[in-house]
Amino acid sequence: MNAIYILWLRQLKRYLRSRSRIVGSLGQPILFLVALGFGFGPVFQKAGAGNYLEFLAPGVVAMAVLFTSVFTGIEIIWDRQFGFLKETLVAPVSRLSIMIGRTAGGATVATLQGVIVLVIATLAGFRPVSLWSVIPAILIMILTATLFTALGTAIASVLEDMQGFQLIMNFLIMPLFFLSGALFPLSNLPGALEVVVKIDPLSYGVDGLRQTLTGAGYFPLSLDLLVLCGVTVALLVLGSWLFSKIQI
Amino acid sequence: MIKVSGLTKKFNNFLAVDNISFDVAAGEIFAFLGPNGAGKTTTIKMLTTLLAPTSGRIEINGADPATDQEAVRRAFGIVFQDPSLDDELTAWENLEFHGVLYGVPRDLGRKRAEELLKFVELWERRNDLVKNFSGGMKRRLEIARGLLHHPKIFFLDEPTQGLDPQTRNHIWEYIKNLNKTENITVFFTTHYMDEAERACLPAGKVAIMDHGKIIAAGTPAQLKKQTKKTSMEDAFLTLTGHAIRDEEAGAIDHLRAGARMWGRRR
Ligand SMILES: Nc1ncnc2c1ncn2[C@@H]1O[C@H](COP(=O)(O)OP(=O)(O)OP(=O)(O)O)[C@@H](O)[C@H]1O
Ligand SMILES: [Mg+2]
Repeated sequence: MNAIYILWLRQLKRYLRSRSRIVGSLGQPILFLVALGFGFGPVFQKAGAGNYLEFLAPGVVAMAVLFTSVFTGIEIIWDRQFGFLKETLVAPVSRLSIMIGRTAGGATVATLQGVIVLVIATLAGFRPVSLWSVIPAILIMILTATLFTALGTAIASVLEDMQGFQLIMNFLIMPLFFLSGALFPLSNLPGALEVVVKIDPLSYGVDGLRQTLTGAGYFPLSLDLLVLCGVTVALLVLGSWLFSKIQI
Repeated sequence: MIKVSGLTKKFNNFLAVDNISFDVAAGEIFAFLGPNGAGKTTTIKMLTTLLAPTSGRIEINGADPATDQEAVRRAFGIVFQDPSLDDELTAWENLEFHGVLYGVPRDLGRKRAEELLKFVELWERRNDLVKNFSGGMKRRLEIARGLLHHPKIFFLDEPTQGLDPQTRNHIWEYIKNLNKTENITVFFTTHYMDEAERACLPAGKVAIMDHGKIIAAGTPAQLKKQTKKTSMEDAFLTLTGHAIRDEEAGAIDHLRAGARMWGRRR
């Protein structure tokens, strides 16, 4: 238990200490909010789909959560390269505890990042239905963050250095984001795209956020929660298994 | 304290460790020597549960790393050949992290951390981030960390590489003292033959490894006698030859780079 706590604390300290990383990782969501939110706003409005910023903000929050959590999960590769991973692996602590501590830390960091983006979106003019709606939204963020931190950990356990990182970025993370309904409404999609969107677990995170924050959604909220929880558990199991197989 | 028999490690058909056997008694200082690429680090990784052997048996403090990893991990402390500190944490936090992982009670951990930091002369720098430390300071911190939980066995993989003679002597004095007062078993590698010889005084043993095999073992005096040389360095060169091992390692490194991206399960 103490081991899990100290691993969690370490992630958090590292995050809070790297100001440049916090600021740097906010650049992208802000760009999306401003360029897309205001750029596509008029078109969206004319098409009778309502306020685009209102629609986009939950998607951009989900984006921040996605990227931060995958990154913190993948940080294991860094630990491996800078050698710190060995220190944790020879300690008399089960690999499962290490995995749980790291995942909890990564998910906390990603949730914080999501909350910061939510605040920024509010400054840009986004209005949640009520202040209370933020609480269930944060719950969805935590779930989404845990899911993708576990995914990052699973990937990092298989990858030995950063060479494969670009590949993962372009063929997994970017598609997860762009095909999630973070940027466009899910109704009336072409058949193939609709299937892909329904497979993408981030779609349910985005939809959950949109539903809690704006009241409008595509899937039932219970389905969002069910999918997020199910996939999270599956990835945690897979991630722990792969992590327990790491040899140095 | 350490029992190894028939230990073998293959990396896709490359025999890094080839059927080695040796024993290290409790309280012994044991020097594990050999040219670059001999298989020393690979052996240590297997002894410390980081790598699964291809075959062979290991016993660390009575426990088998294959089945009872936790008992094995509890028994030893280690200084790795490569850096293993968290650069983004302070010296103190690195020790704190270690203490918690090893279940050292909080107050005891703090007391020991203070002692050890004072000993390696980093107490004044305890709140500095490790990334601002020099190579020697990092090394000293790693040595302090390895001892924080009072292990029964202390593995040191080239602990003094990059340290000046003052620090080297200082650290060996401390380790030898620990060995004497707490009967801690010391298993170390080094490329400095005079260091190996001095560390082993008066009763320590040496094993020399080359191309994955142990080619000689005994006290430094025995090895010198066996090779009819007067210095440990000459004895080492006589046993292992004068050829430099880089080429072969280079080829292997290439292979490794290729296989690395999709970390094969080995
Ligand atoms: N993960 C790996 N995959 C493939 N080959 C490896 C791997 N690890 C080590 N080797 C090879 O095994 C051999 C032994 O390496 P090892 O690191 O154990 O040598 P060493 O005795 O510690 O050398 P040094 O004194 O240079 O530290 C080398 O030829 C090395 O290239
Ligand atoms: Mg080595």
